Amino acid sequence: MIEDDRTPRWRRPLPRGTDLPVLMPEAARLARQAERERLAGFRMGALEPRHACFVLIAFLCAAGYVQAQAGAGSPPIIDTIWKWTPLLAKGFAFNIGISALAMAIGTGFGILLGLAQLSRAAPMAKTASFVTHFFRNAPWLVLLFYCMFLLPFKITLFGVVVPLPDWVKATFGLSLPVMANMSEIVRGAVQSIPTGQWESASSFAFSRRQTLWMIILPQCTKRMLPPWMNLYSILTVGTVLVSVVGVSEVMTLAGDALGSENRADLLMPIYFYILVWFFLYCYPIARWTVYLERKYAVDF
Amino acid sequence: MNAFFESFRWLYDTTGINLTIFYDAFDRRRFIGGFVTTVQLAASCIVLSVVIGIAGAWLQGSRLRLTRRVVYWYIQFFRNTPPLVQLYFFYFGVGAYLKTAGGVPLVANVTWAILGLSMYAGAFNVEIFRSGIESVPKATVEAAESFGFSRLQAYRYIVLPLAFRVCLPALNNNLVNLVKTTSISYAIAVPEMLYVSAQIWSDSVNVKEMMNVLLICYVGLVGLFVFAMHRWERAMRVPGYGA
Repeated sequence: MIEDDRTPRWRRPLPRGTDLPVLMPEAARLARQAERERLAGFRMGALEPRHACFVLIAFLCAAGYVQAQAGAGSPPIIDTIWKWTPLLAKGFAFNIGISALAMAIGTGFGILLGLAQLSRAAPMAKTASFVTHFFRNAPWLVLLFYCMFLLPFKITLFGVVVPLPDWVKATFGLSLPVMANMSEIVRGAVQSIPTGQWESASSFAFSRRQTLWMIILPQCTKRMLPPWMNLYSILTVGTVLVSVVGVSEVMTLAGDALGSENRADLLMPIYFYILVWFFLYCYPIARWTVYLERKYAVDF
Repeated sequence: MNAFFESFRWLYDTTGINLTIFYDAFDRRRFIGGFVTTVQLAASCIVLSVVIGIAGAWLQGSRLRLTRRVVYWYIQFFRNTPPLVQLYFFYFGVGAYLKTAGGVPLVANVTWAILGLSMYAGAFNVEIFRSGIESVPKATVEAAESFGFSRLQAYRYIVLPLAFRVCLPALNNNLVNLVKTTSISYAIAVPEMLYVSAQIWSDSVNVKEMMNVLLICYVGLVGLFVFAMHRWERAMRVPGYGA
């Protein structure tokens, strides 16, 4: 990092030595923590006993409230939610599964589409750009409906009948917008590499393909990682949409649970419970993304 | 006009492409109603989510740590959970408690859709506005102060116009996403474009045609919105700032 007066004070590296040897161990620890926090972009709070007290009080209040709401004669809401947890967990695992599958398919095709957008053959680049924008502009739910209704339930490949169950079609429907967004991520990352890289590669007699594969793309992976993870988060919260088109996942199972319990006071806790599940899965990913973004940020 | 509509009946008779939304007055009215609802829904959500964004960004600059914490967790919670489940939570969960004695819901599903989607998009907007405000150098504010601007005046005439221009691309991106996300209010039976299309294709059994019409309408609508926002973005660009 260049050090001058324009560097904000908080970004200047800390002095290595200090005149106060007495403070050394603490100062070093604080400096390390400050460095970590700068990288992470948020204060890494040390847990204190009062935090545990606060969580405990909140939990007891919520439990008491929920218990009071349950009314006489019906089992407590917490027990009911606990009873359905294994089933909901299975549904949630299915959501994670199709999110991973759709991400894999979408990323693969997205990279190809993104590279096609960068092609020097104008018709190829134009077509790829059109496809990208088309799928980026279409709502996820509409694409899902499209795939569910218009893909056949089985296909014949070389005389072999391959069945296409609903969840496969839904996964394919989810991977279409992922593909389009991935294509834009690839294009953006490649174009963010300074032109000097291309020029110096060609002065070393690299062909265009060699430059792309050996010089440009390796530099792009770091830049593409944070937006790619962001996309994965968006896809994961998008997987619940498949319940709307009739594929059984966590929301469908929650609906079944609610149907068999048939209690109006259970609606809010169950939906909130699912929200918390998704939050616990996606929030760490989001934090990690922010961390990587700062780590790989280009220092101007 | 009638001849134009009737030509689609001829199209159906000759090719089997059944576009009821053109030759059937009832379906046509339904579809136009759905399109208008989608546009109204999107417009209301855009306005409300921008208001939430500005208010949230202002609250995040608060001196009270509790306020900042609350805004932070609001953003994180709404960003990292499925908007569809949020909508269910509001409509079925919270809505279950907001009923008259006769069981009539006090808040209509359209209202819940607007509230839920705006809260969702608003969470993103808060972050966007805050990053815009933070990107205005402190020296600019100091320069304004040295010209005798008051704090509020500096905010109103210097910081906000600059911040707005800086965050416009990110804001546009989010608003475009919001317009697309309005389609999930299908799940709580808001009669928007997707919902009426589903009604039409189950009445007239023309799934394939309606799916294509729907896709074209959405891509067209969002494309138009993207185009307009891009034009605006370019007109508002700060010369010499960014690429």
